[in-house]
Amino acid sequence: MQVTFMTSSTLATGPLVPWLWLIPALPMIAAGFGALLKQGQRKAAALLAIGSMTGSLFVALVAFSYEVAGWKSHLPPREVFNFTWFEFGSSAVSLGWLLDPLSAAMALMVTFVGLLIFIYSVGYMAEDENFTRFFCFLSLFAGGMLGVVISNSILLLFMCWEIVGLTSYLLIGFWYHKPSAAAAAKKAFLTTRVGDVFFLLGIVWLFSQTGTLLFYNGGAGSMEAPALAALLQQPAAWGLTAATAIGLLIFAGAAGKSGQLPLHVWLPDAMEGPTPVSALIHAATMVAAGVYLIARVYPLMAAGAGVNGSTVALTVVTWVGAATALFAALIAVAQNDIKRILAYSTVSQLGYMMAGLGIGGVVVGMFHLITHAFFKSLLFMGAGSVIHGCHEEQDVRKMGGLRHEMPKTFLPYAAGMLALSGFPLFFSGFWSKDAILESANHWDPSRVPYFMMVAAAVLTAFYMTRQVCYVFFGKWRGHGHAHESPRVMTGPLAILGFFAVTLGFIGTPAWPWFRAFLENTPLHLEMHAFAESGFWVLLATSTVVVGLGLGLGWWLYGNKSPEPEEPDALEKAMPWAWAVLRDKFYIDELYGVTFIAFYKWWARVADWLDRRVWGGAVALVIRVFGLLAHINRFLDAEIVNGAFDKSCDEIASGGGIVARIQSGRVQSYLRYLAVGVVVLAAILIWSSQR
Amino acid sequence: MTSSIGFPILTVITALPVVGAVVALFSGKSARAVAVVTSLIALLLALVVWTHLPANGSIGLIERAQWAPSLGIEYHLGVDGLGALMLVLSAIVTLISADAADRVYVRPNLYFFFVLLLEAGLFGSFTALNFFHWFLFWELSLIPAFFLIKLWGGPNRGRAATQFFVYTMAGSVALLISFLAVFLATGTMDFVDLTQMASTGALGQVVTAHLGAVMPWLAIGVLAGFAVKVPMMPFHTWLPAAYSEAPSPVTMLLTGAMSKMGVYGLLRIALPLFGHEIAGMRTWLLVLAAITVVMGAWAAAAQKDLKRIFAYSSVNHLGYCLLGIFALAIPAAGSVIQANQAAALNGVILQMFNHGLTAAALFWFVALLEERSNGLRGLDDFGGLRKPAPVFAGLMGIALFSSLGLPGLNGFVGEFLIFRGVFSLSWVSASVSVLGLLITAAVILTVIQRVFAGPVSDKWKEFPDMHGGERFAMAPVIGLMMLIGLLPQLIVNSVNPTVVNLLSQWRF
Repeated sequence: MQVTFMTSSTLATGPLVPWLWLIPALPMIAAGFGALLKQGQRKAAALLAIGSMTGSLFVALVAFSYEVAGWKSHLPPREVFNFTWFEFGSSAVSLGWLLDPLSAAMALMVTFVGLLIFIYSVGYMAEDENFTRFFCFLSLFAGGMLGVVISNSILLLFMCWEIVGLTSYLLIGFWYHKPSAAAAAKKAFLTTRVGDVFFLLGIVWLFSQTGTLLFYNGGAGSMEAPALAALLQQPAAWGLTAATAIGLLIFAGAAGKSGQLPLHVWLPDAMEGPTPVSALIHAATMVAAGVYLIARVYPLMAAGAGVNGSTVALTVVTWVGAATALFAALIAVAQNDIKRILAYSTVSQLGYMMAGLGIGGVVVGMFHLITHAFFKSLLFMGAGSVIHGCHEEQDVRKMGGLRHEMPKTFLPYAAGMLALSGFPLFFSGFWSKDAILESANHWDPSRVPYFMMVAAAVLTAFYMTRQVCYVFFGKWRGHGHAHESPRVMTGPLAILGFFAVTLGFIGTPAWPWFRAFLENTPLHLEMHAFAESGFWVLLATSTVVVGLGLGLGWWLYGNKSPEPEEPDALEKAMPWAWAVLRDKFYIDELYGVTFIAFYKWWARVADWLDRRVWGGAVALVIRVFGLLAHINRFLDAEIVNGAFDKSCDEIASGGGIVARIQSGRVQSYLRYLAVGVVVLAAILIWSSQR
Repeated sequence: MTSSIGFPILTVITALPVVGAVVALFSGKSARAVAVVTSLIALLLALVVWTHLPANGSIGLIERAQWAPSLGIEYHLGVDGLGALMLVLSAIVTLISADAADRVYVRPNLYFFFVLLLEAGLFGSFTALNFFHWFLFWELSLIPAFFLIKLWGGPNRGRAATQFFVYTMAGSVALLISFLAVFLATGTMDFVDLTQMASTGALGQVVTAHLGAVMPWLAIGVLAGFAVKVPMMPFHTWLPAAYSEAPSPVTMLLTGAMSKMGVYGLLRIALPLFGHEIAGMRTWLLVLAAITVVMGAWAAAAQKDLKRIFAYSSVNHLGYCLLGIFALAIPAAGSVIQANQAAALNGVILQMFNHGLTAAALFWFVALLEERSNGLRGLDDFGGLRKPAPVFAGLMGIALFSSLGLPGLNGFVGEFLIFRGVFSLSWVSASVSVLGLLITAAVILTVIQRVFAGPVSDKWKEFPDMHGGERFAMAPVIGLMMLIGLLPQLIVNSVNPTVVNLLSQWRF
């Protein structure tokens, strides 16, 4: 195998970056070994997965410290390691990985949250017979996800992206004996594949335009100035530049993975998977991969920004994100399944992240991604703990009063809930969400996304209050006795709860550590930022927004403990609107009667064409040939038939085959064909001798 | 006869299955062992050929002898990266097929006699460089295939075999007539000479001088022969019946190796000789290729029989080859177009190999399903098999995802390169054809859902998982899928010089 390393004087390759592959490779290797384990080797499976993840966390931590140290000493922030995978013609297909603040922060988050969820899974999946298989899939997922994070090649990123999609499919359908789980898995894979098909087109377009698959390659990468300038010069269709068109194609892939409108339909159904899967894949990491992808190709999305500081691609990202944020928050209000509420909440928050990227840039979007990963995985794992404690019950109406039975779940859950609601000052979600709202407030093209996201913020506080009231307040309405979960599950909750509160402090206006780190700029403590009027307006708005949501929620649901059969408080007030929200705006039904119906109908058309039209044409041709041969019977019998029948007779008398091939049809067809050949050959020879 | 190995290896590799076939005919019940050993040796020889290719991508291991010079007939063998890869593929597929055919109780000696003859036909046609010689093997492979379907096939085997035979024969006749015309005009049947003539434009002039403006018609005749074999829609109607009525091990040979004869023919004969004419019809051919990709996948979605599903899925996968081939038929002006053509052609050749491997594996698994269920193979006949047969589900799952084109497995790289090349050469056909990727995914996930997921019925509670021997047989194939997925350079490094060489000879 020959691997050609690109060496270039301008290419920064530090001592660490060549080893970065270890981060995804460790879990992948663990998955490989895990696949060979027997069903009974549960301890080995868990140790293998957790051990490899710890190793990855260690490497990620080293990489992160390295980046922080480099930032402090003003070194160039980006190091890459590229190599040629193979060559075609005189071009090369190159892969590589990169270490920059973005990939270092993301890798640290994924490995850390991932490790906690791995540990939690040991408790949650303790009773499952396919325990070893579960950890094998989880490890493979972590490997794929970390591969996405460190890729410096859009092809390598896509390959890992698809592996992530595969493991998501495998894990949603983990309880494959449930038809609903199998259907949800298929739906997830296919819906995201719709986006991936566009993404693939974007990749091949980018590759053929720029001649490289690498993001950064010492000035020759596709995200670097020369390539971007060339892409801006290249017109595509409808007045768009190639840069915009490629950016939009890539965004389609990101929208599929990150559950943006109109490809969000798979994410709520994905809750059929075990709850740790929902926490790891469908809250913290995989669904954030789309956001991360846009952050990674942000130079392309932002290339050629106009006077208002935005581009067509970023404007699309913003509108889709804001619409998704509001739309999903509305649906979340009227759900009764504890995990589905969180699922729609995730869709909504992913919308915030996308809008944050579109409006405020990489830092704003990524900050919410990171804080959200912590508090949303906390909420999912808390929900898992609740489900576990309530004997696999998922309907919030059949719970209640759990703050007494499950205090160790309740406290972190409350922290996560307040973080998600954006409760001012003391919770991480406040800082990250307000950074998005703040930039939306100043977005030149339009203020509508701002109002959409403010409305969504009210709804967020409202539906979370509703959920917490149903689950933890009032009186117990379920069957049997609820019980607290084991320490292996509550421990990770406590750790995540800690971060749900504190993580916001790395991104306050006064001490914007995260921004300075990602942008590689000096960091100063600027207490005067708190003294500016803009901050106080924002704080006041946020307080009103959160207070409104919390207050409304508590007013309608607090300590009411309605019976499970009773209509919801909102349903009584507005039954029509409730039905629309409960049925998710009928989007699934709409797709059912349009795309899926067309798919099935067109499949039948394809089959009919095959059997009737093409098959019929062939039958006709054979008839015509037969007719011709009958007309030429004389010629046939005199010249060809004799020799041909003789040889056929020889075959026929050759043994036991006789009885089977004496249909006589083959021979006659051959006869017709032979006649045709002779006639045509005669014409040819005759015409050539003219 | 010269060769860089010391003995005429291409003659030996073609003669070996013929000898094996005769031995098998007289070895009764142990014929399968003879077939397995023969195809194993053939595989080793093919790998020797693969490792002894000229580094510059030209044709090597040449063997030449006079045969009938007055008729332009010569014994002329040789392989480049393309031919050698097809030798390896044919050998692998024959080996898997012989392994899968362990339940042939009716005249096993005759069965394996035909299987090995078919292998000889494949080897002969992938090494021949003279039309007469090539056509002999092209037709020779048809006869054993016909009898294998006719004698060992399913309930409608008679009709299917006849349709297969007549249809392919009709294609061959068109091909033969076209070539006769070329021979009458030029006096040679040698591929190398004719390619040389075509690359300067002399071929077209000579033919036109002798026969008038018939070049486009000759191109259509040649294309028709290959379009049937590959197949390209709408010349594919023989395929679903033949693939589903043939016993599964024979279907492996049909889809894994014989369909590649058509693609190979396009690359060895149609594009080199009639590149200019094909470039003239390019738009229509691209339309047909895109139809083959999309409608093939969609027709698969309507099927209820697993073999028919995979049959149509094969049509879809070979459609990507056609797409790449026709897209690159464009006059190369500058290095950008050359890079696109190189991407597409590398992708096509990779796809030929990968489809052969994956499709053969899929039909191997169908054979296993049939064997354990007394011949059932409907989409809705099973359900929940993952529980009683986890290894079977896992390995077949890998083969299915390979067919779906999942990165990390073999199918992806070829399709990526094809789309990479085609997108720049004809972005409309590429954009339409990506729909095929989506529909194929839907079809394959439906197969997994219906066969492996869901509650397991009482009938299949005791469904036996793959036993040691079966795992041993399939493990190398699955391993190869992963290996090529991760290290495609194992193939591309040897194919790429040939691609460059071929592209430099073709004139569009």
